[in-house]
Amino acid sequence: MIIPLNKEAVEVKKEQDTIFLRNRIKECATKTGMGLVNQTKLITAASELARNMLRYAGGGNVLVETVSKGRENGVRLTFKDTGPGIPDIAMAMKDGYSTGKSLGLGLPGTKRLVSEFDIKSTPGTGTVITIIKWKNG
Amino acid sequence: MDKIPILRMGHFLLVTIQTDLYDRLAMSLEADLVQMVSKTNAKGVLIDISAQSIVDSFMGRIIGNIASMCKILDAETVVVGMQPAVAITLIELGLELKGVHTALNVEKGMELLQTKIILPTEDTSDDDDYSA
Repeated sequence: MIIPLNKEAVEVKKEQDTIFLRNRIKECATKTGMGLVNQTKLITAASELARNMLRYAGGGNVLVETVSKGRENGVRLTFKDTGPGIPDIAMAMKDGYSTGKSLGLGLPGTKRLVSEFDIKSTPGTGTVITIIKWKNG
Repeated sequence: MDKIPILRMGHFLLVTIQTDLYDRLAMSLEADLVQMVSKTNAKGVLIDISAQSIVDSFMGRIIGNIASMCKILDAETVVVGMQPAVAITLIELGLELKGVHTALNVEKGMELLQTKIILPTEDTSDDDDYSA
């Protein structure tokens, strides 16, 4: 069972907000004792997701939590937007697929960088993406 | 708006990114740098990213773009100072930064640039040889 220890909501409405978000995540990750490589992976993943949220949904909210499961500690991030949603998630998770002009690495790359990745999207309602990076994962 | 300074040093342009990058800042750096290369006839560009704790797919793409654009303008680009954790993350993300020269630090980057370019002074001596 995953128990949240500490939570904080960060609003992402403009590009500069992503820098604030990165710093908050770094603080949280440092508190769990996460190593630098895992921290970098987590923050990079968050940066990708925050960009997606800004580009495709005009912004949204991020819940930053320190969580624990058994003896493992980690950071859980929940990205929630009320944008157009993703019609074909399987397609969006493919390397090199993009409806924008990007490289199409955002979603599949993010999944590779984190321990757990969950995406839920309803077209017309919005998208919720939850990622967890365990301290040693 | 924030701006990243571009320093001119002989035939090279020097950029040290000290602030946290966000997308628009990275894009304006790309535009400024390419403008500067064309304006100053620079033969090499050195970008120091040692202060960057992360490089994501967008920033990686901008770095790749800068290198390709400068290449067309006859300038070589070297990226220096990447943190090990950033390198690990970039490869796992799927970004290989193909076509971008890299070096461990500014000093080595400068050496690499010097070997990559033929300085104009040598060019003129060549021309003299031909005219003689």
